Amino acid sequence: MLWRIIKRIIYAFFTIFLSASITFFLIYNIPGSVVDIIAAQLAEEMGVPFEEAKEIALTYYVGYDPNKPLLERYVEYILNLLTGNLGRSTIFRVPVTEVIVKALPWTLFVLSTALLTSFAIGVLLGLIIAWRRRTILGPIVTAYASFTDAMPDFVTAMILYIVLAVRLKLFPMKGAYSESLTPGLYPDFILSVLYHATLPILAYVVEHVGFWALLMKGSAASVLEEDFVKAAVARGLPERRILTAYVGRVAILPVAVMLAIQLGAMLGGSTIIETVFNYPGIGYFFAYATQNLDYGLMQGLFFVIIVGIVVANLVIDIIYPLIDPRVRREAGRL
Amino acid sequence: MNIKKRLVNIYYSFLRPIFKNRRAFTGFVILLGFFLMATVGPLVVPLSLRTDWSKRYLPPSLEHPLGTDYCGRDIFQQIVHGSRSVLLIAVLSALFAIVLAITVGITAGLLGGIVDVILSSIIDVFLTIPSFPVMLIIAATLKVKDPFSFSAIISMWMWAGLARSIRAEVVSIRNKEFIEAAKLLDLGTFHIVFREIMPLVMPYIAINFITMMRAAITASVGIMFLGVVPFDITHWGVMLNLAMFQYGAVYVPEGLHYALAPLACIVLLEYGAVCLSHGLEEIFNPRLKTYE
Repeated sequence: MLWRIIKRIIYAFFTIFLSASITFFLIYNIPGSVVDIIAAQLAEEMGVPFEEAKEIALTYYVGYDPNKPLLERYVEYILNLLTGNLGRSTIFRVPVTEVIVKALPWTLFVLSTALLTSFAIGVLLGLIIAWRRRTILGPIVTAYASFTDAMPDFVTAMILYIVLAVRLKLFPMKGAYSESLTPGLYPDFILSVLYHATLPILAYVVEHVGFWALLMKGSAASVLEEDFVKAAVARGLPERRILTAYVGRVAILPVAVMLAIQLGAMLGGSTIIETVFNYPGIGYFFAYATQNLDYGLMQGLFFVIIVGIVVANLVIDIIYPLIDPRVRREAGRL
Repeated sequence: MNIKKRLVNIYYSFLRPIFKNRRAFTGFVILLGFFLMATVGPLVVPLSLRTDWSKRYLPPSLEHPLGTDYCGRDIFQQIVHGSRSVLLIAVLSALFAIVLAITVGITAGLLGGIVDVILSSIIDVFLTIPSFPVMLIIAATLKVKDPFSFSAIISMWMWAGLARSIRAEVVSIRNKEFIEAAKLLDLGTFHIVFREIMPLVMPYIAINFITMMRAAITASVGIMFLGVVPFDITHWGVMLNLAMFQYGAVYVPEGLHYALAPLACIVLLEYGAVCLSHGLEEIFNPRLKTYE
């Protein structure tokens, strides 16, 4: 058991390390050195000679000396990551960590709300359509699920944006809160935050609710065949109790494993959804960085996304056997 | 010599089930339509990218079936010519990914031991790294300019799931009698891989080819939508990018159809792929039907 956890942790570190290395070597191989690009920008803006600008670029914006051999720079880069130094953004002229501190809370807020909302609605729908086979709800949910499955996230986001924000003007077109308000914990500000987050959250929920419903339906359908459910029905227990305490509790376990994977998919999709709604989260800045070739920001935000996903997977991996005794037994046997 | 027999065989084992399954047939027809659009379409429909501001945002008419864009160019022509690069990227990415998945999956499953351990961990790592951000970062830094390298980048992040299921399948049949028999008869690895194992994993591959095509469409259009690799002006993703971010067509009522045309095509194309892949699953795995 303990060995399994240690193995997962080592594995998680390895994945993070590998992704960081991929981005390092990618950016190292960019045609035209990064330093030269930044230096050219700096030289133009500050009106200094190119050589001088290059010195500044080296010390401030790159964080490593390009005249050193590749291996040494690589080690330096990894050491910097370990100490929390994620480099500097060349466009915003601030450390990447500063951008992350500003953007991450919005992304976390929207993603967690959307994930839990779609999970709750989907699981409930799935349970109902598995239990009541003969109603019209089943085919409707199935058709909805395969239709939203065919809609990529940018399609959902664009349609919601065009219809609800641009045409009907029901929701704001950009930002995380109204600019006239100063951030703080008072009702107006909280309402404004919720109002601005509604569309991004709605986009994720519309996109993912069918997935959860079908998954739960499949899981519940197989649990319904079990003898203990038939026994509960035979004992004349109320329907509600059978569904929640007998079927739901067992059927939800394999569905819940997907939470981490789905969070990963949503975090990946946040690049597009936050860009469409002009919502200043991690994904918005990541897309901005790739569009404007801000390598420092790109590298730093990608690192954050990777760490987020790997940690989410790790947590599920470690927690899951604790909640599902069947897996615990299997894991012990292995 | 056996070509006719083989064609008949393909008809009975592959095409006839598709025609009989309503879902698969719907998907098949939609995909066939788009393939015709991509292959024959550009030969029939001319493409004129001349700017004519007097024809800005014309509504759909006989002359312009889908109306005109922000500088008076016909949208239908762009959709038809764009379908070529959308489908080319989809097919190439799926093809690359399938070849990679088969190679890694069968190697890991057949050889076992340390090779299996290493390949399986590589598969796990590729499955953990979020595909869209990594595709975006690679496409942006390498400044991709052609559909081939773009497809290669996309396929790099799609093969792992299929490789894992092929590996599992190979492991489960590795010690079956017919493989043992082939080994004893000294038929060679080539024979075992292509004559004994491949036919068994073929259904997986057919279904995954369609789902991967769909994933590649989502990914390539998404990346182009963000304006990162705009190498083809008529690609639907680039059209969406222009409509959404560059010329603000979505903000004026008369420009709405410019964004809706590529959106509708993407949804229809992906819906076709979803139908066909679900239909194929029902055909190859009839147990699924009972749950519907």
